Amino acid sequence: MADLPVCSGDPLLHLEDLQVYYGAIHALRGVSVTVYPGEVVTLIGANGAGKSTLLRAASGMVRAKGGRVVFLGEEVTRQNPAAIVSRGLVHCPEGRRIFANMSVRENLELGAYLRRDKLAVADDLEQALTLFPRLRERLQQNAGTLSGGEQQMLAIGRSLLTKPKLLMLDEPSLGLAPNLVREIFRIVETINRESGTAVLLVEQNAHQALGVAHRGYVLETGCITLEGPAAELRSNPEVKRAYLGE
Amino acid sequence: MLSLRRILTVSATLGILLFLSFFLEQRLQAVAFRVVMLSGIAVVMAVSLNLINGFTGQFSIGHAGFQAVGAYAAAALTVYGHNRIFGNLPRSGQLPDTLQGFLLGAPAMICALLAGGLFAAVVGYVVGLPSLRLKGDYLAIVTLGFGEIIRVAVENTEAVGGPRGFTGNIREGIYIPNLTSFFWVYLMVVVVVVVSRNLRFSVQGLQYLSVREDEIAAQAMGVNTTRVKVNAFVLGAFFAGVAGALYAHFEQSVSPTSFGFVRSFDFVTMVVLGGLGSITGSVLAAVVLTALPEILRSSLGAEFNQYRLVAYALLLILLMLVRPQGIFGRGELRLDRLFGRKGGGGPAGRDNVEDQPAATELR
Repeated sequence: MADLPVCSGDPLLHLEDLQVYYGAIHALRGVSVTVYPGEVVTLIGANGAGKSTLLRAASGMVRAKGGRVVFLGEEVTRQNPAAIVSRGLVHCPEGRRIFANMSVRENLELGAYLRRDKLAVADDLEQALTLFPRLRERLQQNAGTLSGGEQQMLAIGRSLLTKPKLLMLDEPSLGLAPNLVREIFRIVETINRESGTAVLLVEQNAHQALGVAHRGYVLETGCITLEGPAAELRSNPEVKRAYLGE
Repeated sequence: MLSLRRILTVSATLGILLFLSFFLEQRLQAVAFRVVMLSGIAVVMAVSLNLINGFTGQFSIGHAGFQAVGAYAAAALTVYGHNRIFGNLPRSGQLPDTLQGFLLGAPAMICALLAGGLFAAVVGYVVGLPSLRLKGDYLAIVTLGFGEIIRVAVENTEAVGGPRGFTGNIREGIYIPNLTSFFWVYLMVVVVVVVSRNLRFSVQGLQYLSVREDEIAAQAMGVNTTRVKVNAFVLGAFFAGVAGALYAHFEQSVSPTSFGFVRSFDFVTMVVLGGLGSITGSVLAAVVLTALPEILRSSLGAEFNQYRLVAYALLLILLMLVRPQGIFGRGELRLDRLFGRKGGGGPAGRDNVEDQPAATELR
């Protein structure tokens, strides 16, 4: 596990008492989550616990009925997703969602679509391609023809080109072969270590997620039931039984 | 940038169009010339609908409604503006087919085109802003309803002739002038194609395609999807309004029945047939689907028209079975490819990227 984070100073992202409804379903029942600069925080929980909903509420894709989203000290609760992305709070949605009929290069270009600093974008593109050498080989190829693992890498690479301050990854290991899962988690660690980008990682693969994270939250049916340093959560008997299968 | 090359290109285009305008008008038979004109207007409609349905993947089936708005707005301007602004035009509306006649009508035509386009664009904005939050079938239903509302509204507006149609201010004996010459129709064809092309092949254009591909991912990349959709809708409506102005001043009469649901569906057929997202596909399909019925009508007799929609439906079913992405898919017909790919032309990857089946789009 990485060094212990410095959980002090101003938080990067602070979700405060978020309430989200889908029609009559109360999906988030007052959830509070904090991410500090430079740390990897994981959010684990079962299917339908509200993990993805939490990310969607943070990125403005669903409207929170109550509570606040504070990013870099400013409230962004009612802003549209585009405005939130431009502040550096970036959501890499579940299920890859690459633009299948565009080339790999065009996918990456879209990531940098809001940015005007052409030179820095070229640098970041180079960095992303160093991180994902497979994508470099396939730059002109149709993104839909990539394998599942490559598509996930493209999705992450695309998000990195938005130059996030906080990258929110939703189930990046979903549906991938075990060696690719390890590869994805290694990449998450690299991103955090090399650029200091904070990561909020939503995962069902609790074992691996707690392995790369500094801190973690456990979400159960719309409420946070446990939180703490990743190592502590890993040795927690409740977490062991429910999520680690020990 | 206003380079010398660009100035030359523009003036050459204008020159060629002007020359063709007089050449074709004198040399072609009246029927053939009519087909050429109607094809050009249909191209403007199809290419502008392709901006909405093809580029951003929003399924609008009320495009004739915007054409109606443009046609009526432009015709009302030239007729009711006659006494104040366009007094130099003959009251009968018949301008001579000479250079003099062309120059006499040019200012009025420009005003009519702008009025038709802007009016339709404003209506497009008002309709688009709330309804583009809807998806797929729901948007289609709203646009369908919009087209019908326009038709009913026109039928109940006495100032533009109501259900009888509009040919001019009959009481004062002022008629819709025949301002639309080959020059104006094909100038607008060039403009709408160039605008579409520039939009498609720019980084900004990628945002339009991203909305079509995956709205959630586009949002996550910071694309303001609502604004992109409204932009495309307004731009599409603008050119439909322009096409309406051309149509009104070509036929010199407009009637609510010319812009009904069936007409809207013709344009959808053109875009789908050509390939959703393909500019050249829309152009080709618009020409074929306008010219073919006319040719068949003259060879098979007038009763063919009854079977036109049956033929369209069969054509579409056949297309969906054999080539669901349309004739050109998302790609463009390119001269360099036709003639053995000499110039290499553009990034090689683009071609492969665009020729993928788009079956999912029609669902």
